[in-house]
Amino acid sequence: MKPAPFRYVAAESLEHALAVKAEQGDDAKFLAGGQSLVPAMNFRLAQPAMLIDLNGLRDLDFVRADGPLRIGALARHRRIERDALIAQHAPLLHEAAPHVAHPQIRNRGTLCGNLAHADPASEFPAVVLALGGRLRAQSTRGERWIPADTFFKSVFTTALAPDEMLVEIELPALPPRTGTCFLEVARRRGDYALVGVAAVVELDPAGKVGAARVALCNAGETPTLVTVNDIDAAPEQVRRAIDPPANVHATAAFRRHLGGVLTRRALQTAVARAGAAS
Amino acid sequence: MTTRQFGASVKRNEDARLLAGRAQFVDDVKLPGILHAAFVRSPHAHARIVAIDVTAALARDGVVAVYTAEDLGDYWRPGPVIVPPPPVEGALFNERTQVPLAKGKARHVGEPVALVIATSRYIAEDAAADVTVEWDPLPVAADLEPAAAPGAPRVHEDLPDNVAARVRQSKGDYAAAAKRAHRIVKRRFAYDHGCAQPMETRGVVAQWDAGAERLTVWDTTQAPIAIRNGLAAMLGLSERQVRVVAPFIGGGFGPKIMLFYPDEVLIPWAALKLGRPVKWIEDRAEHFFATTHERGQIHDAEIALDRDGRILGVKDVFLHDTGAYDPYGLTVPINSQCTLLGPYVIPNYDSTFTAVFTNKPIVTPYRGAGRQHGVFVIERLLDIAARELGIDRAEIRRRNLIPPDAFPYDNEIIYQDFTRLGYDSGDYAPMLAKALDMIGYERFLREEQPRLRAQGKRVGIGVVCYVEGTGIGPYEGAKVQVQTSGKVSLLTGIGTQGQGHYTSFAQIVADQVGVAVSDVEVITGDTDQFYWGAGTFASRGAVVAGNAVNEAALAVRKNILRVASEHFECAEADLVIEDGAVSIAGVPGRRIKLGELAVQANPMRGAVAPGTEPGLEATRYFGPESGATAAGVHAMIVEVDPETMIPSIQKYVVVHDCGTVINPMIVEGQVLGGVAQGIGNAFYEQLAFDAEGQLLNATLADYLLPTALDVPRIELGHTVTPSPLNPLGIKGVGEAGAIPVGPLFAQALEDALELPAKGRELNEIPLSPCRLWELAGSPG
Amino acid sequence: MNVELVRVATTVNGTRHEREVEPRLLLADFIRHELGLTGTHVGCEHGVCGACTILVDGVPMRACLMFAVQVNGRALTTVEGLAPERDRLHPLQEAFRDAHGLQCGFCTPGILMTMKAFLDENANPSEAEIREALSGNLCRCTGYQHIVDAVKLAAERAR
Repeated sequence: MKPAPFRYVAAESLEHALAVKAEQGDDAKFLAGGQSLVPAMNFRLAQPAMLIDLNGLRDLDFVRADGPLRIGALARHRRIERDALIAQHAPLLHEAAPHVAHPQIRNRGTLCGNLAHADPASEFPAVVLALGGRLRAQSTRGERWIPADTFFKSVFTTALAPDEMLVEIELPALPPRTGTCFLEVARRRGDYALVGVAAVVELDPAGKVGAARVALCNAGETPTLVTVNDIDAAPEQVRRAIDPPANVHATAAFRRHLGGVLTRRALQTAVARAGAAS
Repeated sequence: MTTRQFGASVKRNEDARLLAGRAQFVDDVKLPGILHAAFVRSPHAHARIVAIDVTAALARDGVVAVYTAEDLGDYWRPGPVIVPPPPVEGALFNERTQVPLAKGKARHVGEPVALVIATSRYIAEDAAADVTVEWDPLPVAADLEPAAAPGAPRVHEDLPDNVAARVRQSKGDYAAAAKRAHRIVKRRFAYDHGCAQPMETRGVVAQWDAGAERLTVWDTTQAPIAIRNGLAAMLGLSERQVRVVAPFIGGGFGPKIMLFYPDEVLIPWAALKLGRPVKWIEDRAEHFFATTHERGQIHDAEIALDRDGRILGVKDVFLHDTGAYDPYGLTVPINSQCTLLGPYVIPNYDSTFTAVFTNKPIVTPYRGAGRQHGVFVIERLLDIAARELGIDRAEIRRRNLIPPDAFPYDNEIIYQDFTRLGYDSGDYAPMLAKALDMIGYERFLREEQPRLRAQGKRVGIGVVCYVEGTGIGPYEGAKVQVQTSGKVSLLTGIGTQGQGHYTSFAQIVADQVGVAVSDVEVITGDTDQFYWGAGTFASRGAVVAGNAVNEAALAVRKNILRVASEHFECAEADLVIEDGAVSIAGVPGRRIKLGELAVQANPMRGAVAPGTEPGLEATRYFGPESGATAAGVHAMIVEVDPETMIPSIQKYVVVHDCGTVINPMIVEGQVLGGVAQGIGNAFYEQLAFDAEGQLLNATLADYLLPTALDVPRIELGHTVTPSPLNPLGIKGVGEAGAIPVGPLFAQALEDALELPAKGRELNEIPLSPCRLWELAGSPG
Repeated sequence: MNVELVRVATTVNGTRHEREVEPRLLLADFIRHELGLTGTHVGCEHGVCGACTILVDGVPMRACLMFAVQVNGRALTTVEGLAPERDRLHPLQEAFRDAHGLQCGFCTPGILMTMKAFLDENANPSEAEIREALSGNLCRCTGYQHIVDAVKLAAERAR
């Protein structure tokens, strides 16, 4: 299947990219990894009139931890998987990375591209939601920070305006005595999760569970965040809270069931890790 | 002779080219001025074509032609029935075959409606989107059982219903047997085999050389000779004017022997009409519709047993989904019907099937070719019977196996090759024993399973048996020729799609003619090189072509000895052929290379004795009187996460018998590849059609082929019962690995989750974590 | 839409090529038909099967998910670039031959490129690591076992 024709611009700078996007609006799409966009174009499900290629903007390929962890738009999944700063400051991201597609896809795809694509079945949106990250959008009009819990609006829909690019994400440092865990059930490794759970648990100074939350992927139209009231009742709480889709791979009922199972398992591990971190 | 090549794991002749990326596949064919084709396909499963407007498409830059059914004139006609119905008394068969482009109505999603030819595939796809078709959607006969019911929307309006065929075969008297039975087990089973999905999709390239008046067609077909014959007839050319080449093919598995696909009929026609070469390469998205499937059956079956678990008889009534057309006859359901009998003594059998037209792509054989469905039924019936009678699952099988002194074993009913179903040779009990030993069956049930269960692990074991009728006729041929270079060429009509024919056949020649395997140049799949043959299907290549190769090589050997004895003026018995030369035993210095002998055997001047034929070459054909029956046993230990229903295979064992083995490494590869497809069939692959006949998962992202993480390491054992039906004693093995995996999964998963104790059974394939959870009662 | 052709200059297996192409021309098609290097195969065009895997600046990527114009200034390696010369095979290719790691050979070039990069980073992989690295390449013929054996053999021989 061959894509429909489009005009091509290789962005020479971030400003250049934003200027072109401001001019074209929704007629143009940014091309970074392209690992979600290009298959859609090959199927002609997406037919953008123009692609703005960001791959020359090497400055956007960064991971910094001088302060909160900041990851730039061109940081590939491969980097997320291997970077020591990620493993240290955002272990949840590091743990989810090997579940994202396949090595060849991870060599090219970008974290920010994945977040902007906003497939509710993707792992990273749930992780970023669980970590309470914020996302920086930039346009010719300026920049703004969007918290993760308002970034994902619906299936394939984010809070980004037609002229905005997601240029970096920021993940806050985890408080002390915090443990995280990412688990998913998929038909095959690398497939979209049937359901995935990103859990974050914070213990109080006495070692009891203080705050806990889980974010699920493929449990609704966006990644779904559930603030856990009572950790023992968490699976039931999650089962009630989510509205998972049905498709050829699983019914909504099975996804609901898996959501409960993975919540229990992920929280258990997160608690253990929080204890170990104390 | 020096080291024997036959029976050795010789490295493959074809590998260097394949590994270096130099092997030519159909899409690699480059021709100057080549045009590219794309099809407009029906988005509806069942709809009338009201109007087609191609003006916008024709107006696009780079578009050379757009054709609809009307443009084909007299060339438009339904394709031939490739396999006629079997000569079973009372069999009903309604022949309805596919057409080059839909006329009047489309009967399945993806049926081609128009053909676009342009200067690139990109432009052809642009133009295909320009074609507007006005459709009048009709009610859809999507699901098998509703399609078979009275009042269902009719796929073919000139028929009273959707019955494509009905065949009843029986032996003995089941009704009488049932009356005597101590126990009757009756169940409904559903088995869906999915589709082949070779890594290379299909493709056709055609070139008409107007000067030489010759048509050359490159086609990803498993049957180039049949394509040549059919195309010549369709296009009004002589067979000698048409050359069909099946070059390197990226996996066949059955759907590539289906012919004549609409594209196979149209692309050559377009090349002739336009006077330019035309290429069509199927993309993966259209492959889900444009290439055949092998889908589902629903069986209502019962088994009658005595108190010791001995089978008195089986009765089975089943529906078979044949899709919108039935060009491949009844091969698939006949195989189901016959292979259900398995390696067991079943004295009374009554089997009836109804093949049903549905508004879905055509069903033709895919690795196993319907055997899977029959094996599922008998193996599940035995499992249930074992449980009800309190007999161990392996033991009930052992008790029913055909004993070794009962061969040749006559099963009376008609098989896919139209002969009486008979098993030529076999020894099944040792195979079962070996598999049980390799998997550690006794120890697992007695010790490991209880221990692991006490730890909360859900582990189960399964063992299943099957036979496979292989090596059927009609025939294949081979020509062996010693070249003046000293290398030996082997030409055969049978094509190759990765099975190693370039090597296994060379091994046969190497031994007879005394050269290295790498000095045997094998040429297959080119109708200009070898004229006659049926094709690569039904696990017959090694048996039928292998024996033809052997006969031809033997004849050349005799030739060599005769010419050499004349040359040396000695007795043939004194001669030794080895390392590419002939010498006199014990006499150093009297030695002639085969190449030189070949020159001598083809004098350019002078007279020859009457009856002499030139060169060192021979052509021979081989056609077995019936197929050779291979057999096997698979066993597996599996652990299941009871909450997520994700299985993890702990151990997988195959014991198989394919008679004499030419190349153990190649045979192993065939079995391992088959098992992987079987695992896909059992737990991952399912064509999900909705009620409107739309395929919901027509991509490799959603039609799940197993990856390296989904297929375990498999241990292989084998036994050998040579076939008495061919001089080499070979039996086929191409489909073996794929056949019994479905019932193996059902048995082992049922055991792991202890479902029968909860009143639950797994009587359908494919399974999946979600389906397993539902069938287990949606626990938790 | 009338689209301007875009210049792409790229080095493939050490040889420099310069062309003007439509932006939508997929990298896989560029390599196969524009450059005539047909060793890289196309299996799906949706980024799943891995048959089209090549190395871009040494890193395995799916050529069906990139446009030719995107490799301007990049260095590509395809399967044709593995063997040191025409009548010899790269040790990895030899190991595949010796372990029967291919049957129809269609998926093989993509697997070779993926495994070459993998072994360059992990000289002593376990079976589990090999299967994980292989999980993005589909094979329908072999059942993967002999492929895994071939990779192990190549790793052993290199040590």
